[in-house]
Amino acid sequence: MRVDEKLALDAFKADKESHIKINNDICRTRCKIKYCLFVCPGHLYTYNEENNEVVVEFAGCLECGTCKIACIEGAIEWQYPKGEYGVQYRFG
Amino acid sequence: MEKIDAVIVGGGLSGLACAYRLADNDLQVIVLERGDFPGSKNVTGGRLYLEPIKPLIGDMLEGAPLERRVVRERWSLLGDNNSLNIDFTGERLRKTGHSYTVLRATLDRWLSERLMEKGVFVIPTKRVDDLIWEDKTVAGIVSGEEEIPAHVVVAADGVLSFMAEKAGLKPKMKPKNYAVGIKEIIELSEEKINDRFNVEKDEGCAHLFLGDVTKGMFGGGFLYTNKDTISLGIVIGIKALMERAPTIEAHTLLDDFKARYEIKRLIEGGNTIEYSAHVIPEGGYNTISKLYGDGILVTGDAAGFALNMGVTVRGMEFAIASGIIAAETILMARQKGDYSAQTLSSYEARLRETFVLKDMMNCKDMPEFLDNDAFFTYYPKYFPHFVEKVMWFGDQPKEKIGQTLWRELKSSGMMSFKRLKELYSIKNI
Repeated sequence: MRVDEKLALDAFKADKESHIKINNDICRTRCKIKYCLFVCPGHLYTYNEENNEVVVEFAGCLECGTCKIACIEGAIEWQYPKGEYGVQYRFG
Repeated sequence: MEKIDAVIVGGGLSGLACAYRLADNDLQVIVLERGDFPGSKNVTGGRLYLEPIKPLIGDMLEGAPLERRVVRERWSLLGDNNSLNIDFTGERLRKTGHSYTVLRATLDRWLSERLMEKGVFVIPTKRVDDLIWEDKTVAGIVSGEEEIPAHVVVAADGVLSFMAEKAGLKPKMKPKNYAVGIKEIIELSEEKINDRFNVEKDEGCAHLFLGDVTKGMFGGGFLYTNKDTISLGIVIGIKALMERAPTIEAHTLLDDFKARYEIKRLIEGGNTIEYSAHVIPEGGYNTISKLYGDGILVTGDAAGFALNMGVTVRGMEFAIASGIIAAETILMARQKGDYSAQTLSSYEARLRETFVLKDMMNCKDMPEFLDNDAFFTYYPKYFPHFVEKVMWFGDQPKEKIGQTLWRELKSSGMMSFKRLKELYSIKNI
């Protein structure tokens, strides 16, 4: 089962505005490894070569916080989605 | 605006336990939960040990929707293509409710409903954005447009605790002090679970895996049987994941784990019905946050109360106990009419008298001990290897078993000074 198929099993309520903000200036200048691309359990971060920027599909965020901790350069500004939004676990 | 007695940020087990004890003493309490209902943002492995909290909880968990009583403890060392298991059961486990598997969306929600019956306001879909300050004292919270002034705020907002951070109580989160748990809930009938795990109705199994499951990284796999689902997942140290070469996409580890022979048969025919992930505090005693400030207490995961003891992982009973002790501290502070850090410091003093800080203190060297590649590569590779050597009967006459074992122990380096030193150092953990 692909990870996007797994995410499709969960109940999400997506906000229009992302709760994850990426400062791509930092990604471009200071971050060589881009940990976010492989530590995220939802595999939500991708690198857009054309624009030379990291993008995140915030709507599928499991709200674990791994990227916040792994982004040691501080490019990811992460907060919880507003009340009413985000993942809603039915089992947990 | 008039202050209420306490605002609890987070409707997880520590926040709800705290509110429960406060409500029993008729305090005005509000619990704010950012999810649709308490439990909807929570994830556990997991199981709850009941014995440690029995003296504290009173009737709080009477009738709670626990999944299965754990009567079978299993550990597996996974080599690349073989494995070795220990399977423990005992009458004592079977006859006492020692530990139970749980699902948080069920358990936390149930507890919040009990609280509402007691007249506590548990308000869902409220993210707390900030603290209110009066001079240098926390005096309530801000949620969206609303302000709720309170004599004391309980930061029960989980491992990422933004409240403890805003109050300046939480150390910076470093990758080496945290792991990420990634889990699937797999639906399987009650009868199938009973048969496949060799347990009776309402009895369950807790199974930890070490070795190939994390491809040599700090962490392991876990499997807990619930009533008619299985919690199957992996835990990986965030620093280990960041430093691994070549890099591995975290989510693929769980797929590889599921594809292993040892797991495949256990979950066959089961449907995955949920995918979840959560960060876990792994730093132990040395990375606990400051536990109190003027007008604020920090409980549960927010404080870093989780304990990886190598053979098992604990957290929820620490959350519940710290929530209750926070409540008792608040009751005392209310009597004095003083919520200063000095008064609230008795929270930490009380925690030191209970298993919460005693167990954490006793295990303070565990994170350093476990931060050793040998536990994730060397031992899981060689123990199954020894068994394979001894149990293989080929086309040649069989060598004496002791001789085989002796040679393998020597050639694997199991008797080297390094290994003996490791063995010797277990007396410290």
